[in-house]
Amino acid sequence: MLALEAQTRLGGLELDLALEVAPGRCLALAGPSGAGKTTTLRIAAGLIRPDSGVVRCGEQVWLDTDRRIDVPPERRRCGYLFQDYALFPHLRAWQNVAYGLRGELPRGERRRRAHELLERFGLDRLADARPATLSGGERQRVALARALARRPAALLLDEPLSALDARTRAQAARELAAVMRAAEVPTLLVTHDFAEAAQLADSVGIIDGGRVVQRDVPAALAAAPRTAFVADFTGASVLTGMARAGDGGLTLVTLDGGGDVASTDAATGAVAVSIHPWEIALEPAGAERHGSTRNQLDVEVVSVTPIGGRVRVGLAAPQPLTAEVSEPAVRALRLAVGGRAVATFKATAAQLIPR
Amino acid sequence: MRPGPRPRRPRWFPALLGTALGLVLVFLTVPVVGVFVNVSPAELLASLGEEGALDALRLSLETTAVALAIIIAIGTPAAYLLATRSFRGRALVVTLVELPLVLPPAVAGIALLAAVGPEGLLGDVVAGTGVRLVFETAGVVVALTFVASPFYIRQAQAGFAAVDPTLLQASRTLGAGEAATFVRIAIPSARAGLLSGAALGWGRALGEFGATLVFAGSFQGVTQTAPLAILERFGTDFTAALALSAVLVVVSATLLLSVKLLSGSAAFGGGTGAGA
Repeated sequence: MLALEAQTRLGGLELDLALEVAPGRCLALAGPSGAGKTTTLRIAAGLIRPDSGVVRCGEQVWLDTDRRIDVPPERRRCGYLFQDYALFPHLRAWQNVAYGLRGELPRGERRRRAHELLERFGLDRLADARPATLSGGERQRVALARALARRPAALLLDEPLSALDARTRAQAARELAAVMRAAEVPTLLVTHDFAEAAQLADSVGIIDGGRVVQRDVPAALAAAPRTAFVADFTGASVLTGMARAGDGGLTLVTLDGGGDVASTDAATGAVAVSIHPWEIALEPAGAERHGSTRNQLDVEVVSVTPIGGRVRVGLAAPQPLTAEVSEPAVRALRLAVGGRAVATFKATAAQLIPR
Repeated sequence: MRPGPRPRRPRWFPALLGTALGLVLVFLTVPVVGVFVNVSPAELLASLGEEGALDALRLSLETTAVALAIIIAIGTPAAYLLATRSFRGRALVVTLVELPLVLPPAVAGIALLAAVGPEGLLGDVVAGTGVRLVFETAGVVVALTFVASPFYIRQAQAGFAAVDPTLLQASRTLGAGEAATFVRIAIPSARAGLLSGAALGWGRALGEFGATLVFAGSFQGVTQTAPLAILERFGTDFTAALALSAVLVVVSATLLLSVKLLSGSAAFGGGTGAGA
């Protein structure tokens, strides 16, 4: 169990949070830039000392400001994967991996174990390469091997996949998931990507302004986002407007910049409306109103991007709105950039979040 | 479609830049060339055969090597502290460390006499250790260390400041303490800055003149370094002065060149925190 509790002021940030991760579990930390995600990892690793707080890992107390305990980073056994990997440029790949084994194993053993780890990540042929000559994916794996070499008591991963291109990323995510399962230690993962969090983490903590504002399993976050950030993070479009009570128990939202949206959520005043792209259907401009799709917005098509078998369509409503539709639908509607269409979605699909 | 007339670009500014660089180059290299043109290789060898000249060269190399060793041993950790920690009065400390850079050499010599000379501030302390400085080789080393150390420390500090702090943090999370991180990560990463600082410091020490003369005197074989020997010959035997000068030019140029080569290989192809 990794348990962290910290209060501190750092520049403009006022951090005040508590979190726990069980062994073999992964908690993803997500939130806007500057919200305190990386700071939290650094506090866990002992690289930043909070004004007050407690960090415990298993039986060990790493930090307890009341009892004046502050174990230095080199004795905390954290496997820290830095955002830009922080490989030592003057050392070869295997020397980077063996770096953490000093004082753990005799010299010859260190080299053998480093090669073993590199082999596990399919990098044994690059053991003698310097970091500058490696690709992004290779660097990520060397850094991961280095973080695991000391058999860490906790894993701290700072955006482990964000520096990778989309193709490398899927493969790296699968590897990382396998590594986390095998390591059986608590993992804290900082991420900007909801898909990454959903794939790797058991639960997601949303940090904003130095506080955990929502913590839940990924599916629950997508289903009931508590803030506009959470809605946006889970991939939903977020529109802003003013809400008032409407007919039949519905809430009517007048969107900033024009257009009306009805929702089954109750709210008044300034709200964010969150709609998932797959809840939105597109119809030709000027189509007849019908059925239970209560909401109809006149939109302009600003982008058409095929992803796999589906097509992501960027819309101006005039606020930005994203719909995900099938390829046949795109052809039938003759959707093209600059064209007009009607975006329709149910009142139940429009979630209201007070602002 | 025919391309329209090209807009006229002002050409005078690049010409001005080129002229300025040309002037700099001529002004800085002609005197050096002059040293070699005015002395034939035979004369050069002949004046080197003279006992005093060789003594002076040997003494210069010895004293600068000892001074440089002292500067590196103490200056490196001091520069690391200045580069990686912020503390009250840091700016003041940096200014004090840089002060010898702007001190006229004669003033530096007088200041050293006033501090560690027999009648100086710490004269009794120095006498108590049994070390004699004034008019002694040890005094030359003290003078060289005093004038040359800021050159090294400044460069070393800049080199350490350019090291990506996450490299140092990564080292800590991998089980290395502060001292081990300094030796195994910070120093190799700042290698280029440390080398160029050592070259600048050595060059300054090799040319040191005023402070040494005032503090340690100019006694052949004891305190008369190459620049002081050149000064002595200047009045009596200009050819000998030229010959010794030529040797110093060669030594200094070799120094500069080898550092350029070394620090060139210290950059790891654009990796993070190479500190170049």
